[in-house]
Order: sequence, then structure tokens, then C-alpha cells
Amino acid sequence: MNWDWQFTFDVVLPKLLPVVPITIQATVFSFLLALVLGLVLMLLRISRFRLIAVPAGELIEVIRGTPLLVQLFFLFFLLPEVGITLPPLTTGILGIGIYNAALCAEVYRAGIQAVPAGQWEAAKALNLGTYRTWRDIIIPQSLPPIVPALGNYLIGIFKETPLLSFLAVGELMHASKLIGSEYYRFTEAVTLAGVFFLVMSLAAAVLVRMVETRVSRSILR
Amino acid sequence: MSNRVAAIAVLIAFLGGTAFATFSDLRIFLPALLQGAVVTIEVATLSFLVMTASAFLAGAAKISPWTPVRWVAITYIEIFRGTSLLVQLFWFFFVLPEFGVTLSPMVAGVLGVGLNFGAYGAEIVRGAITAVPRGQWEAATAVNLTPFRRMTRIVMPQALVVVIPPYGNLAIEMVKATSVVSAVTLVDITYASVQQNQLYYRTIEIFVVTLFLYYCFSQLIRFSMGILEERSKRHLARVGG
Repeated sequence: MNWDWQFTFDVVLPKLLPVVPITIQATVFSFLLALVLGLVLMLLRISRFRLIAVPAGELIEVIRGTPLLVQLFFLFFLLPEVGITLPPLTTGILGIGIYNAALCAEVYRAGIQAVPAGQWEAAKALNLGTYRTWRDIIIPQSLPPIVPALGNYLIGIFKETPLLSFLAVGELMHASKLIGSEYYRFTEAVTLAGVFFLVMSLAAAVLVRMVETRVSRSILR
Repeated sequence: MSNRVAAIAVLIAFLGGTAFATFSDLRIFLPALLQGAVVTIEVATLSFLVMTASAFLAGAAKISPWTPVRWVAITYIEIFRGTSLLVQLFWFFFVLPEFGVTLSPMVAGVLGVGLNFGAYGAEIVRGAITAVPRGQWEAATAVNLTPFRRMTRIVMPQALVVVIPPYGNLAIEMVKATSVVSAVTLVDITYASVQQNQLYYRTIEIFVVTLFLYYCFSQLIRFSMGILEERSKRHLARVGG
């Protein structure tokens, strides 16, 4: 074992720290995209018209059943061919967002279907409108199972961002790969990237647990 | 049942697709893609073995009465779940040689994917073992079974019923995750399609075929896990009734 502290502080850290915001940026934007797009997919999926619901369901299945990396490459090569030129980071956010939207759609659907049918009927019996039924009855009750699952996807997205290094997005993994090929020393850079991910996802797990207890408390109250 | 129909439909579509491919432009790049698919299947099969071994070992170790064993299992699970698969693959392939262990790309890829998903599997196994009612353990002790026989004859058969459905989903995730093994210089189907795309610029055809092959593979696992699930339940019913 030869861990070079001087190399770590002089070369690796100054190159890794500036790209941390890119990893976080990719995570946050992909997550937001997944939340919104997942909602759209879910609404299509539970549509009363089979002509919409069935294709939406199949689309979700295909997105969930194929690897994210292949989808990323597909978008990366396809978009320029059809005349859309985006920076690699945007393509990556789009890809991760779409992939996780399909996962989120299923989480939303499971959460909403977990609300007992009697709640819908009671809302109808009380003559509540569609909007009030969703806002005051359905959504608050479906949140407790949804929130922790979404939190896990946030952590999952965070751990998926290294895939962007395949698209030459200058995130953490890409930076440590570059250090490795420049100095032919992978030990410090790759290990530090690993430590960073470990610390961040453990911290995120604690955070998700906190939000989870707060949500369930506010619902029960 | 609908599982079976879906699997048959996929099979027919696959055969039809292959037939179509032989008689069209697809034949230019299909051989390379199929070669890549063979590598993907190899990595996935071997990783599944590693994953299963480490999932059951670590899952059982996490509820072991000995504290040191428990700590080893917890450390393993947290490290492999907390960092990214890609980081781990890099670590196995580029950093381990620094410590005097040089792995071939195949071994690094299989160990990386297998150990990563083994850590997730360990949580499933642990959950299933703890879900076996306390009375079953006590009854096994009362009829004087050794701890080993208690585990293999009483606890595990009941835990397996609970393990199989989530484990099948995990196996599908694992197959999808093998797409990153090109990071350790393996030419799997994902990398083969990137290469073919750079040669022929037939993005849509190449990637649709690749996505389709992955989709078939995951449906195949879903199908076989369904059979396994039925089997495990039948066994349980016979024992119980």
C-alpha cells in the first residue's frame, strides 16, 4: 500500500472539489425532472381511456426494464441526429430524469391506490369537488408511503450520476478518471470519490429518515 | 399467468426480430451486438452467483449472535450500498493492483457487480429471516435440532418464500447494472452498441436492438422467478398442511 498524502492534497483534492457542485447539480435537476415527469406518466397511466393508459404502462415497463446507461447513450447519440444539440450534462440530466420518472410514476400510483376506496366514496358523499378530493383527502393520505420511496430514489439518482462520466460530463468520477490517466495514479482519486459518495449517501439517508418522520407526524396530527 | 403470456410473446418477437435481422441491414452490426450479449450474459450469470453467496452470508451474519461477525456484515453492506457501482468497479480494477492484487477485467467486473448487489440482497435476506416467527425458532430448539439444521430445515425454507419476489427484482436490476462493465474494458452489449454506432451511425436500429435484448433478458428473469416463487410456495403448503 502506498497512499501519497502530498499527492492527495496537492493534486487530487484541488481537482475533485470544484466538480462536486456538478454532481449535486445533476442530482437535483434529475430528481426534479423525475418528480414532475413521473406525475405526468402516472396520470397517463391511470387514465380512463385504455388507448392512453396501456401505451403509457408499456412505456414505463420498457424504461424500467432496460439499463439507464443504454438509454443515456441512446439519447446522447440520437438527439444530435434529429437536430437537437444539448450540452452533455443536460442530456445526462434528461436521461436520468426520464429513467427515474418511470420509477416515480409507479411509486405515485402505488401510494394513491393504497388509499382505501371508502375515502373516495366518502368524499363523493360529502359532495367534494375533484380538486378538493385530491387536495384534502387523497394526496395527504398517499404521502406517507410515497415520501420515503422518493427519498430512496433521490439517493439512487445521486449514485447514478457517475454514469454521466461515460458521456464525458465533467463530474466527480470523470475528474478522478482524468487524474488517473494523467498521473497514472488511481488510488487516491478513486478512493476519495468513493469516500465522498459514502459520506453523502449516509448523510442523505439520515436526512430522508428525518423528513419521513416529519411527514408522517404532520399527517397524523 | 400473464407473465407466461408476456414471456411467450417476447420469445416470438425475439425470433421474428432475429429472422428479420438476417434479411436486412441489421446483419451488418448484429453479430457484434450478439457477441457483446454473450459477454453480458456471462457477467450477469457469474455475478448472480457471487451476489447470492454474499447476500446469504452477509444477511445471516448481520443477525449473528457474535458482535464482531455482525460488524463485519454491517460494514460490508454499508460500504457497498453507500458508494456507486461504477466507483467500486474502478476501485477493483485500478486501485487493487496498487495493493498487490491484480484482477482480470472479467473477475473485476463480476466481483464489482456481484458484491454490490450482494449488499442489497443481504438486506432482503436479513428481513426475510427475521420475518420467520419466533415460535419456529423456539420449536426447532425444543425438538433438539442443531443450530445448523434449524437454519437449513426450518428457518430458510420459510424465509425463501419471502426472499424470492424482491430478489427477482434485484436480479433484474443487477442485469441492467452489468451495462457499466465496459468501465473495466469488457466489451459487453452496451459498449458493443456504442462501437457499432460509431462505425455505422445507425443509432436508432442499434440501440433499439440493444434495449430490446436487455428487455428480453429481464423478462426472462421475471418469468423464471415467477416459476420459482410458485414452487417455493407449493413446498411450504405441503409441509404446513
